[in-house]
Amino acid sequence: MADVVVEQGRLARAASPRKRASLRHAMGRKSTVAFFLTLPLILLIALLVLYPAFYSVYLATLNKAMTKFVGLSNFTFLFKRETFWMVVRQSCIFAITAVVFKALIGFIVAHFVHNIPGKKQRKWRGMLLVPWVIPPAMSTLAWLWLFDPSYSAFNYTLSFFGIGPIPWLGDTFWARFSVILVNVWYGAPFFLIMYLAALKSVPDQLYEAAAIDGANWWQKIWHITLPMMRNIIAITTLFSLIVTFANFDIVRILTSGGPLDRTHLFATWAFQVGIQSSDIPLGACVSLFMVPILAVAAVFILRDVNKRGNEA
Amino acid sequence: MSTLAIDKTGPTRKVKLGSMSRDRTWALRWSYFFLVLFAIFFLIPPVYMLITSLKSSAEISAATNPWWVFHPTLSNYVELLTSNQFLRFFWNSSMISIVVVIVTMLISIPAAFALARMKFWGSATLATGVFLTYLIPDSLLFIPLFKMLAVVQEFTGITLLNRWYVLVFIYPTLTVPFCTWIMIGYFASIPKELDEAALIDGASWLQTLTRIFIPVALPGLIAATIFAFTVSWAQFLYPLVFTTSIDQLVLPVGITTTLIKGDVFNWGQIMTGALLGAAPPLVIYAFLMDYYIAGLTAGATKG
Repeated sequence: MADVVVEQGRLARAASPRKRASLRHAMGRKSTVAFFLTLPLILLIALLVLYPAFYSVYLATLNKAMTKFVGLSNFTFLFKRETFWMVVRQSCIFAITAVVFKALIGFIVAHFVHNIPGKKQRKWRGMLLVPWVIPPAMSTLAWLWLFDPSYSAFNYTLSFFGIGPIPWLGDTFWARFSVILVNVWYGAPFFLIMYLAALKSVPDQLYEAAAIDGANWWQKIWHITLPMMRNIIAITTLFSLIVTFANFDIVRILTSGGPLDRTHLFATWAFQVGIQSSDIPLGACVSLFMVPILAVAAVFILRDVNKRGNEA
Repeated sequence: MSTLAIDKTGPTRKVKLGSMSRDRTWALRWSYFFLVLFAIFFLIPPVYMLITSLKSSAEISAATNPWWVFHPTLSNYVELLTSNQFLRFFWNSSMISIVVVIVTMLISIPAAFALARMKFWGSATLATGVFLTYLIPDSLLFIPLFKMLAVVQEFTGITLLNRWYVLVFIYPTLTVPFCTWIMIGYFASIPKELDEAALIDGASWLQTLTRIFIPVALPGLIAATIFAFTVSWAQFLYPLVFTTSIDQLVLPVGITTTLIKGDVFNWGQIMTGALLGAAPPLVIYAFLMDYYIAGLTAGATKG
């Protein structure tokens, strides 16, 4: 392969005066070719992502029958509803708690996997990533069955320790706990994989130098691991924050927002209002409230991604 | 298993200081201990799916130890795999996922090639835009898309709502941005000399793409394909909103809506259905784990 390339280089130098004209010609054509190559992508994004996004803003300004323009009255209506503020609070609690625990578990387990001999790592990594591979709708069904009020396998097991039957999905606190638990279960393996990849990129010499200087394990983590992984931690966390904040499947299947709307997130509430109660404008309005948080997270991710690109 | 590993690694290390190697052995032991704990946590739901799927309804309602199968039976599998309804869901899901993978590749490979190699007006902005699109979640777009489909249906008279094949046009919005993004990364990592050589040899852009870029970036291509398949197989919100008739449903929606009848949960069948629904991604993962993980990590680190 390499000598072929070298030969091409020599050829190119020899033929350079004649080649220049045709190269310029190719350059001229290049932008046209590039345009046609990206056209399907541009069309797809414009028609099925950008257009609906703006259409959603327009929809949010209509009345329920979608016959007349009502300005911001959908928004003011939401502001007056207590359920709306509950959904805002719940979405924030859900996203922040879940992401923190996912990141923590991912970080800890990544260290354990990193500790064991290299040959065995593959097997463990493969086993620990399974929750991320199963479609969330399917695995949430298994959790629903584990939480079942009368046949809960968890309550059966806990009864041996004298812990009374827990109303996993029936009580406000436990329902929120369960929803977050399932989300952590589903998302932690993603963090694990990302952090493991990041851990492997930290040079061993740094730890050896630190060990010679007499650093303990906490100092190694605080002064070497975390700074070296800062970028990947930031990107993974922000990315997961977006996905968790916009989560639909888990809450929909596990609780449908209940008990008494106490586990609704923006996505599930928008579905209930917009599709099930067929108030499309109000539903669009609810889902639009996700935009500010998503936008802030996106700006930070973009900054980190670009920074990374420049470093490399 | 774990003790065996410790015996093997412990003594073979160069022992300089007794305390240091002892520390390391203990760290290893603790690592295995916690790994086992976390593995149990991570594997409980799929294992419990399997356990329940092997039980008859009588055994499930008998309130015996839920963690053990006393009378294993395959009746749930037989029943589901012979039911036309379930096979229909499976067929719909497979068709959609396969077509979406093809459409995704046809859109994102040329686009990634152009964005990685041809600097043209707005190419940097477009690449950033693609990444931003990837961050827009489905739960933001399902209401306007639903209304759009209804409006188009009204104007053209073509039935779009409640048709499974419409999902083939919607799903690429979820798969294309990510696939393009990681393909840009893979293409950009190919040395420029390689395609310059081809260009000088008189290869056209198309030949450069098919003869050099696609073969060299094949691992990335496989990772992107796996991603596109997994995402379209697992998608739940769009089919839930856009399809309602039983013969138009995809697997995740079909299982959650048809197997749960009112308050009656036939758990044996639900778990069997869920396990069968999880099987294709799991099988792909089992065989192509390294590509899967490469794609996962490339998404956030490449570019």
